Amino acid sequence: MPNRSKVPTPPAAAPGPGREAAGDARQEWLGVLARARNADLQMLWRDLPDKPSWTRLRGPESGLIMLRGRLGGDGRPFNLGEMSVTRCSVRLGCGRVGHGYVGRQDAWQAEVAAVLDGLLQEAASHQAAVAGIIGPLRRIEQDRRERASRQAAATRAEFFTVARGEA
Amino acid sequence: MYVPVKGGEQAIDNAARLLAESRRGDPAVPELTLAQIEGQLAHAVDRVMAEGSLYDRKLAALAIKQARGDLVEAIFLLRAYRTTLLRFGASEPLDTRRMAIRRRISATFKDLPGGQVLGASFDYTHRLLDFSLAETGGPCPAAAKASQALPSDMPSIADILEREGLIEREPAESGGAVADLTREPLRFPAARPVRLQALARADEGFLLGLGYSTQRGYGNNHPFAGEIRHGMVTVEFVPEELGFAVALGEVELTECQMVNQFKGSAAQPPHFTRGYGVAFGHAERKAMAMALVDRSLRAAELGEEVTAPAQDPEFVLYHGDNVEASGFVQHLKLPHYVDFQAELVTVRDLRREFNERAAGRREAAE
Amino acid sequence: MAMPGIADAKLAPGFADPGRDSQRVFRAALAAMAEPGRIATLDLRLQPTPPLGLAQSALALTLLDFEVALWLDGPVAPAADYLRFHTGVRLAARPEDADYCLIAGPLPPLSSFKAGSEEEPEAGATLIVAVAGLLGDGPWRLKGPGLPHEGRLGVGGLPADFAAQWAQNQRAFPRGIDLFLCAGSRLVGLPRTLTIEG
Repeated sequence: MPNRSKVPTPPAAAPGPGREAAGDARQEWLGVLARARNADLQMLWRDLPDKPSWTRLRGPESGLIMLRGRLGGDGRPFNLGEMSVTRCSVRLGCGRVGHGYVGRQDAWQAEVAAVLDGLLQEAASHQAAVAGIIGPLRRIEQDRRERASRQAAATRAEFFTVARGEA
Repeated sequence: MYVPVKGGEQAIDNAARLLAESRRGDPAVPELTLAQIEGQLAHAVDRVMAEGSLYDRKLAALAIKQARGDLVEAIFLLRAYRTTLLRFGASEPLDTRRMAIRRRISATFKDLPGGQVLGASFDYTHRLLDFSLAETGGPCPAAAKASQALPSDMPSIADILEREGLIEREPAESGGAVADLTREPLRFPAARPVRLQALARADEGFLLGLGYSTQRGYGNNHPFAGEIRHGMVTVEFVPEELGFAVALGEVELTECQMVNQFKGSAAQPPHFTRGYGVAFGHAERKAMAMALVDRSLRAAELGEEVTAPAQDPEFVLYHGDNVEASGFVQHLKLPHYVDFQAELVTVRDLRREFNERAAGRREAAE
Repeated sequence: MAMPGIADAKLAPGFADPGRDSQRVFRAALAAMAEPGRIATLDLRLQPTPPLGLAQSALALTLLDFEVALWLDGPVAPAADYLRFHTGVRLAARPEDADYCLIAGPLPPLSSFKAGSEEEPEAGATLIVAVAGLLGDGPWRLKGPGLPHEGRLGVGGLPADFAAQWAQNQRAFPRGIDLFLCAGSRLVGLPRTLTIEG
């Protein structure tokens, strides 16, 4: 059976690759790369030493994914509407294949994500890619989530029911 | 009947150029950027994405700019554009229970687990025009931050009522294909997944009016806003080459669970039923109206008397799409010269007959 | 639904310019069906993935997507992953479940493929068949829509009773199947409306 497990939500502390199963780790870094902001990835990619050579196997190409919801939020699936997606697959000079997906129209990021997916699978380049790209992206994403959640938490209300006739 | 009309090419070219200049407006005023539209007209972007049925903030912003803020026109532009794109497949069903919550309120339980999170909402403002916004360049307001983030798991209102068996359960899996209005035409009877797809892309104003009509007694369904939640939901997709789900990003969604009374039947004890609404972006009015209409369209299924427009699937689903509606209403602008000539001839003939009959009656009376 | 992933080694590039190339191939496919029996040659920068020939590869990349089911016969089965990767196509276990069939071995009886229904004749299967050779001036005499005059065609490598099977297919109209015959970069269309004699 294919692995259909849910994508893990980004952990609070970045775990080393040794602490998770290989499949889960790849799922996680693909998610980090997909959710990253273009500007953040641009900056980190620019500073990454030892960029590999690669050839394109597919794309980068933009298209659509039909988003499915569920009746009542938890029932049978229905088609909610589509979403822009860009995908790219590359083969690195060493032969390793990488895939990149981004949930918007962004050919550059899909291609770089695919290259990074390749580097992250290679033992020789894994650590450098985690340290230079995935780790910082995780922290940026974590900070963004944390900030949004704490802002929402500040609007949490405690309502009191005022007994009738009181006052 | 339409007949080809030739000529007018120069006039049409010039009309397009006039539109372009009008769109730009006063050249002394800086041109709008897409980032400005995306960031500062977020609800307009949300609506265009929802009814354009395409989640892409940048494209929606572009459509709004091109349409000069005419959102129905922008929706049309987005719908037209999406037909040119390849579809890679369908996502895994979105899990709104694992939403990163920005706002979450319930009108049924004041202290539901996770709490009432008011979020960024117009609801608690005075609706007085704020003239300070007429000036630009003021200090950027900063939101307060709590010391703790919200809990990651917030149970839905349905979970809470389900514990006592007080609310209907949705069967989770149908197996089989998920009907898709963008691939197959609408047919009746339309199953609930098809109805929800149509409602999700339906015109907000149309749904608002229909939802309102149910509250005023045209198919009353005794609703409570069980829960409204707004936030970010992860999109997962299983690419062919990987065979496992990867996250593609996050979408902003608003979800509404309406809780409705149901008096029960011979086979079922009284319990609550559900109406469901969900929309791209932060769109509570849309999600709530959709939930009201979803519930009213279930009247026949729940054995309720069907008396009102909002309970009639054909009426609702055939008229809710604003691209179709706008096209058909506005097609009346197209040349109908020949039809009208025929009408003219008919009316003139009828009038002549009428006058002759009237003259005959006068003669007979004399 | 989802299949197991695809081994990296099986991944190879598809069209150099997917948008334009697939439009050109689609146009060629359209012309082939509109003028049955006329042999077209695809001029395309595409490295076909063995065992598929160029025309077979190009038609498959152009016509398949995730909403249709594909059946491959034994000789072309190794191309399954390549096609899943580029088109997202679903694989059918049996020919009668497929919307498209890629065939390079002996052609199974035409009756083993989906012919559609009277209400939905478009659900009939399209077969993309590799043949030993295509000859513009062969023994077949072709008649039907799209042919103002009788056409001629010779095909190497089809079953001996193909003409009889084809006549059967034609009698089922509007139900039926359509064929693309491919030899290297050359292709010819046989729509279900076509009459073949000889």
